[in-house]
Amino acid sequence: MPSTINNDLNRLDLSNVDLTSVDWSAFPDKQGHFGIYGGRFAPETLMDAIEELEIAYNHLKNDQQFQADFDNDLRHYVGRPSPLYHAQRWSNELGGAQIYLKREDLNHTGAHKINNTIGQALLAKHMGKPRIIAETGAGQHGVATATIAARLGLECVVYMGEVDVARQAPNVYRMKLLGAEVRPVTSGSKTLKDALNEAMRDWVTNVDDTFYCIGTVAGPHPYPEMVRDFQTIIGREAKQQSLKQTGRLPDALVACIGGGSNAIGLFHEFLADLDVDIYGVEAAGHGLETGEHAAPLCTAKPGVLHGNRMYLMADDDGQVIEPHSISAGLDYPGVGPEHCFLKDIGRANYVAVTDDEAMQAFHSLTRIEGIIPALESSHALAYAMKLAPTMTSDQQIIVNLSGRGDKDINTIAAREGIKL
Amino acid sequence: MSRITQCFADLNNKGKKALIPYITAGDSNPSITVPLMHAMVKAGADMIELGIPFSDPMADGPTIQLACERALIHHTSLNNVIAMTTEFRQKDNETPIIFMGYLNPVEAMGYQTFADKAKAAGIDALLTVDLPPEESSELVPILNEAGIDPIYLLSPTTTDARIKKISDSGSGFLYYVSLKGVTGSSTLNVSEVAERVERIRSIASMPVAVGFGIKDAASARAVSAVSDGVIVGSAIVKIIENNIDDADTITHEITALLTSMRQAMDA
Repeated sequence: MPSTINNDLNRLDLSNVDLTSVDWSAFPDKQGHFGIYGGRFAPETLMDAIEELEIAYNHLKNDQQFQADFDNDLRHYVGRPSPLYHAQRWSNELGGAQIYLKREDLNHTGAHKINNTIGQALLAKHMGKPRIIAETGAGQHGVATATIAARLGLECVVYMGEVDVARQAPNVYRMKLLGAEVRPVTSGSKTLKDALNEAMRDWVTNVDDTFYCIGTVAGPHPYPEMVRDFQTIIGREAKQQSLKQTGRLPDALVACIGGGSNAIGLFHEFLADLDVDIYGVEAAGHGLETGEHAAPLCTAKPGVLHGNRMYLMADDDGQVIEPHSISAGLDYPGVGPEHCFLKDIGRANYVAVTDDEAMQAFHSLTRIEGIIPALESSHALAYAMKLAPTMTSDQQIIVNLSGRGDKDINTIAAREGIKL
Repeated sequence: MSRITQCFADLNNKGKKALIPYITAGDSNPSITVPLMHAMVKAGADMIELGIPFSDPMADGPTIQLACERALIHHTSLNNVIAMTTEFRQKDNETPIIFMGYLNPVEAMGYQTFADKAKAAGIDALLTVDLPPEESSELVPILNEAGIDPIYLLSPTTTDARIKKISDSGSGFLYYVSLKGVTGSSTLNVSEVAERVERIRSIASMPVAVGFGIKDAASARAVSAVSDGVIVGSAIVKIIENNIDDADTITHEITALLTSMRQAMDA
């Protein structure tokens, strides 16, 4: 495949690639490119630290002791494997395909984020970095980072937009209880993207002793690859569980996409299984037509931010547009480069559901299955509600229930005019 | 020979060092940018670094972040910054203009379109903070074709191998970032800078200008003594920040700062 890009950044034409011929393990290439996406668009001050990280990761990912430590933590600290649960009553209610929920909400700290933070914190420890920093939107990645930092005895600083600090107060308090310092970010739009900018600035300044723990499959290479590798436990388990519990692979996978780490974690193991349809669900916010959304894959074109090329919500001048979603965890203007590649090559479908649709799904699952999903995951559930009725009752969908909704009850109550 | 190479050669012949002020275009108001550029040249600037405002200036400290925000209130776009250069060139066809910013506005415009417009406007160089040589293989040939120098940053952590790689990809001069941190950081260790500049010169055959942490006549003099030039950013932008809406005071104070730096550097 050609690795060049057109000057005006028209996308590479990947539309005619024969998917049966693609070696999915070949991505990214050595420079971190997924087609034209990904790469390492970082300030020079960080290049040495990023190279150091890449060398350390490439060494440790094949190190048996490191993998054993990681697996041990996932089993005994996180509580893996997470169940694959047949939501029978909800499936019957929707009429159509059988829905199975991959229960990442049952992980320690309540979301998939901990899979990645454990991997990166172990890496930080191996690299002799005593200080770990992170950005967070909803606070789930911040909590997951603070948690593992507490356990490994690492200093932890979490950057969080001032707006998110206000709307996710319980998670801010959790991080503080865990010993992390939460620094509210007041620059720019005061949300996740600005928290990421501020974390990068911290890293540039304290590069000698600091490890930057990025929470999603974005950032300069090797982050998209590394975070993906730590999250693919989701798909590996789901595949085994599906085979064991149902005797076959699912017909479709559905996961929500902010940066895209829970989605790539589920999808990656199934990429070569071309009979398995893949759906990534972005946040349509108030509706794609209103412009107030967080759906770069559905609406935007490629751009460069935060160290990588990706679909990026930006205006004609290249200024980044502030996204909107009811869910703080999806409120990001870009998306991990591997998803961009999977979209262009046609292996995955990217769709979007609105705030209102996510809310309906939230209530529906809560009332019918007794599971309170995170608002992020509710986007995946909302799409499953549309998809399942178009399929037959002997077909199967796996939905990644990436997090639990306890953190969102204040947001939901406020939206519905209820005072807690 | 490019304007920048010519400028360094002329300075070298006179035994002088380059004084390169930075302002963010459109800060605090697009109407002050071109007059301010002329005033800076009059005060002794040899080249001008013109910042392209960006919504997410990841490698900049609070001073230049705020400058970007002020410029973006007025929707100062890359097209506007190019137009400012066209206007500047009507009266000044000598002083090199270096565009500095982040990649995304250039990507949004398209590399070839940017190069065509920049060449027509008389822009001499482009420095994109988040575009290392590894990712430059598309842009650099287009810039070279248009006679625009790609300028790269070097940092205290840049290895010898990378210095080589960067100097192979760039032209005009190398911009040494004198400290770990974002723009506007404070401490500056001159002997450490001297050592690093020597190291860079032993690997790369290009002038080395030093930025980050140069804020007054004394630091400009000290750093220029061990390099080929100094870049002054946050100290100038701070003057704009402190005098928003007062174009006369902005011009007056920036002129005074640059004049004092020029005198100290030439003494």
